[in-house]
Amino acid sequence: MIPTSEPTARLRPGEGAIARLACLVLQPVLTRVVRRVATRHPSLFARLGPHQATDFLIDPVELPFALHLRPDPQALVFRAVPRDTAPQVGATIRGRFLLLLELIDAEQDGDAAFFSRDLEISGDTEAVVRLRNALDDMDGSLAEEASAMFGTPGRAVLARLRRAYPDATKPREYA
Amino acid sequence: MSLAELICPAGTPAALRTAVDAGADAVYCGFQDATNARNFPGLNFTPDELAEAVTYAHARGTKVLLALNTYPPAGKVDLWRHAADTGARLGVDAFIVADMGVADYIARTYPGIRLHLSVQAAASSPEAIRYYCENFGVKRVVLPRILTIPEIRQLRREIPCEIETFIFGNHGLMVEGRCSLTNYLTGQSTNMDGVCSPASDVEYVRDADGSMSSQLAGFTIDRFGVDEKAGYPTICKGRYAAPHRPEGYYAFEEPISLNLSRLLPELIEAGVHAFKIEGRQRSKSYVRGVVRAFRAAVDDIKAGREANIADLIALTEGQKQTQGAFETKKWR
Repeated sequence: MIPTSEPTARLRPGEGAIARLACLVLQPVLTRVVRRVATRHPSLFARLGPHQATDFLIDPVELPFALHLRPDPQALVFRAVPRDTAPQVGATIRGRFLLLLELIDAEQDGDAAFFSRDLEISGDTEAVVRLRNALDDMDGSLAEEASAMFGTPGRAVLARLRRAYPDATKPREYA
Repeated sequence: MSLAELICPAGTPAALRTAVDAGADAVYCGFQDATNARNFPGLNFTPDELAEAVTYAHARGTKVLLALNTYPPAGKVDLWRHAADTGARLGVDAFIVADMGVADYIARTYPGIRLHLSVQAAASSPEAIRYYCENFGVKRVVLPRILTIPEIRQLRREIPCEIETFIFGNHGLMVEGRCSLTNYLTGQSTNMDGVCSPASDVEYVRDADGSMSSQLAGFTIDRFGVDEKAGYPTICKGRYAAPHRPEGYYAFEEPISLNLSRLLPELIEAGVHAFKIEGRQRSKSYVRGVVRAFRAAVDDIKAGREANIADLIALTEGQKQTQGAFETKKWR
């Protein structure tokens, strides 16, 4: 079961400011990453079909902010947003950050994470299924690709992230 | 000993390559339309993708089986015929069919391409299976998951075709190809549209106490407590309150997966020719993990070693597994 996290969760003093600062710092990185992915994996958009125009909220429960994605190839949106100012979206995907990252990279199975209740979805289920299938058809690791864009520091951050999370959410045969 | 081919699912081109690389003897897949029973959003292959997939698989000695295993509504057979024409042109190794009209068209038009009888045909008696073999030249039957191993052994003696059994994944016990539960609630047909619990009609609602309700077309079909494992939002695996069971119970089936890893030697001995892994709707991660595990197990058994199968419980529905009717019909 994932920790409770609502998009408009009550904030402790100072958390709102931290979230806003984190969003500001992250935004240029996110913009570069999403543009790169769109350029290198154009087939991703075909599988999204009509849900290219859907707004998704990707909510890593332990981080102070969520991610707003609109996978429209003509007007891509991928931005960090404080939860208390998150937009109304068509679908929300919620889980621990590394789990979400590993789902994107096909290191984890989305259905298994759903069965175990480590992954929670709400809103338009078809949109989520399309996004999942589109991402799953990408070859390679999005996380590796994104970290490599920032050279040695990027790869170091990714390695540190992975070390910070135990493999408790992974199927045992991969451990 | 039978060949014990490993038949593996591929919902996307990347999943197909993953299955091939993980050791599949054959992969099965479908087009992005109603001609197959996993017509899910964002899943399946365009003709161009299938062409590349066939090239990739054949270059590595892996067969490609094309699922055309839904039933054309009356007067709308062109979509199925066109899919068969495309599959034949692209060089698939076999068609998996359920409908007699589709089987007849392929048998007459492409007599050189193998026909496999889908589980969607629900053929489980020698008489039914022989009918398909004699009239359409079916070479293999995919058995419904309702027979014990002694029954499969006996069946093998009475039919003139190969047997394929599911060994992992969905544990569907409904009379497949005849289930109208989804149609009843959503208006879409599992058997003719290829959609069981269409995602467009599914909604998950988080309740105030942290529990989660799964709904189909506005009807709540299950409610999972805070620490309870979840299952697919299918009506057959829903939990319902009834006057005699007001606490709620699984009226049809349970969210649980089939796992026959411990029965592989007996299945081979019984004459099963091919082992099928369910899950075209699952991720590459699932395909990689399950195919690798069963590839190693089958290779061990063929080499006379004891199979040391990996623990796949994390990938099962509801994180529960069963040997179902294969072990005993008293399994419930």
